[in-house]
Amino acid sequence: MKNARSHLNELLVTLPSLLWLAIFFLIPTLIVLAIAFKPTDFYGGVGAGWTLETLRSLGNPNYPAIIWRTILLSIATTIICIVLAVPTGYYIARLGTRWRQIMLLLIIVPFWTSFLIRIYAWKVLLHPDGLIKKFLASLSIVDIHTSLLHNQWAVLLVMVYTFLPFAILPIYAAAEKFDYHLVEAARDLGARQWQGFYKVFLPGIRRGLLTAILVVFIPALGTYLIPDIMGGPDAEMIGNKIAQRVFVDRNLPHASALSALLTLAVFLPMVAVLFLQRKKDGSEPIIKESA
Amino acid sequence: MASTNYLEFENVSKHFGSIRAVDRVSLSIAKGEFFSLLGPSGCGKTTLLRILAGFENPNTGRVILNGRDITDLPPHQRRVNTIFQSYALFPHLTVRENIAFGLRIEKRLKKEIDTEVDRMLALVQMEDQAHKYPDILSGGQKQRVAIARALIKKPEVLLLDEPLAALDLKLRQRMLMELDLIHDEVGITFLYVTHDQGEAMSLSDHIAVMNLGIIEQIGTPAEIYEAPRSSFVAAFIGDTNFFEGKVTDIVGHEYSRLTIDGFPDVLCFNDKHISAGNPVFLSIRPEKFHISRDAPPNSNKRNIMRGLVEDVIYQGLLTKFWVRVQEYRLSIVQQHSRFLLDEKPIRWNEEVWISWHADDSFMLERYSESDEQLVSLPPENIGDVNGEAATPE
Ligand SMILES: Nc1ncnc2c1ncn2[C@@H]1O[C@H](COP(=O)(O)OP(=O)(O)O)[C@@H](O)[C@H]1O
Ligand SMILES: [Mg+2]
Repeated sequence: MKNARSHLNELLVTLPSLLWLAIFFLIPTLIVLAIAFKPTDFYGGVGAGWTLETLRSLGNPNYPAIIWRTILLSIATTIICIVLAVPTGYYIARLGTRWRQIMLLLIIVPFWTSFLIRIYAWKVLLHPDGLIKKFLASLSIVDIHTSLLHNQWAVLLVMVYTFLPFAILPIYAAAEKFDYHLVEAARDLGARQWQGFYKVFLPGIRRGLLTAILVVFIPALGTYLIPDIMGGPDAEMIGNKIAQRVFVDRNLPHASALSALLTLAVFLPMVAVLFLQRKKDGSEPIIKESA
Repeated sequence: MASTNYLEFENVSKHFGSIRAVDRVSLSIAKGEFFSLLGPSGCGKTTLLRILAGFENPNTGRVILNGRDITDLPPHQRRVNTIFQSYALFPHLTVRENIAFGLRIEKRLKKEIDTEVDRMLALVQMEDQAHKYPDILSGGQKQRVAIARALIKKPEVLLLDEPLAALDLKLRQRMLMELDLIHDEVGITFLYVTHDQGEAMSLSDHIAVMNLGIIEQIGTPAEIYEAPRSSFVAAFIGDTNFFEGKVTDIVGHEYSRLTIDGFPDVLCFNDKHISAGNPVFLSIRPEKFHISRDAPPNSNKRNIMRGLVEDVIYQGLLTKFWVRVQEYRLSIVQQHSRFLLDEKPIRWNEEVWISWHADDSFMLERYSESDEQLVSLPPENIGDVNGEAATPE
């Protein structure tokens, strides 16, 4: 009896956010999915009736490679961002208030400049006549004829640059709340520095880590501006294809089908991660961290 | 076996900027003893523990444990374990995993770890809670897990940083007894940090009283209570009545007469042979006075004077009196040896006789660096231990 009541309470409390999710996330996603089963019409809009034609056209032989590259680049971006963000977040969290504010400001400052301008700035830097290229060539690290632009590495570099702040902030937030006596306790019990770090600090900020991973990985999968500007034909990502279908081919159903595929690719690993997390925590409630 | 210098601090100092958190501390602790560092908050106790655990590097001095200089060893190579002020239990591990942590790091066999953990769980009576996470444990239970987690490493010294401070009074008393039992059972050297004189007095074999980074006195609880070497120690341990006076002449071999502004002349034991003309502090503990309606028998070693009772606080076991003698208000405690219904107890506003034996008071030179503070601070800043001491008005 009491249990049923608390379930009802829980439902009432979560109802607003459920509604919000339904209206702004679930329904649009379903619409996108639905469009994938519609034919195109003559004017580049969505025609009447239903068809499986679009799904069949996903058999485009280019797609598997592009999807694979998208996933690889996104995973690489996520890993590099996390590896850079953990020490940075740790470091900032341990600074005095004054320096901490300055560092946080420095991380946020780039957002005051347009995203596009910042990407073009990278293009200028990596350009054959750009600073970086000239510098590296003068040290004979790169051959004067190899291009730093228009390849996967340039895309990866700018993706890391773009998403790094989004990884640092949640990790910093978790590191700031972390009780560093725990690391001392571990050291006291015989742990070396790195053991204290990975047996106590990393588990202590695991929610921040999870947030950082999702916040980098999901938008990374959908990136299209960065490969568009920095990449060449062999650095295309699925986002580019979706954009092409919408803006060039005016084929909304095809774009929708690709989007649905991407959503699925994002959604499945996320569910898997959450499921594993839940299972491993066992009796531990999800809201534990806030205590 | 019981060598007195199992653990030694030799002239250890630690500065934070201009703060001398620990100032030329030398200490010698015997194997297996329960040793307390006692002092007000901010006096450097935690810093000294952290130096021993390896979390702070001293600016000067050495730390020797069991014949080995450990001053420069990293924390994980020292055979000392700490019970932190905040317990610092790992929130992502269960009670069992917390206790096992130190042995897992050593990569010990799983079977061995399980046996040891079970033994520790039994020692601290936490067998039923083994699978819980720390955040649902009570303060006392967390405390026990912290003890078990440290003891499982079989340290040469167990460090306890105000382990009872976060508990309520009842629980504190129980844990106090349990700590005593555990110490007897495991026989490990305990270095116990506290600002609570009651804890230190009841548990310790020896106490070092600290103030402003300095060790004021080292001794057994009785030595520190009965023969404090500085005014700070006298005021910090137990209640006392303080007087500022001057030695006027030496009486016999071991006694001196003092003049005190606003108080009758006093005869006092002078084992320190402070010579005439020197300013001194006189300290008399509240229970050393005798209070009576009739004049006490005369004796040449007794100080006898008249006073006016300004307040009487009956507390069952004892009664506290505030008695005015000239410009001083004395804090006096009398224990009840018997209760007679027809006896008329001493009342408020009564004139009474006050007496005490010259041997029951002691004089202190002004050598304690903290004396300045002691006199100038308002009583509430010194803490309740001194809150009731007599002060000239
Ligand atoms: N890391 C630190 N940085 C600066 N000052 C410190 C630091 N640790 C302790 N102190 C100062 O050293 C003094 C002694 O501190 P502590 O050892 O914690 O005292 P206790 O444990 O006796 O309360 C205090 O004045 C404190 O403010
Ligand atoms: Mg402390």
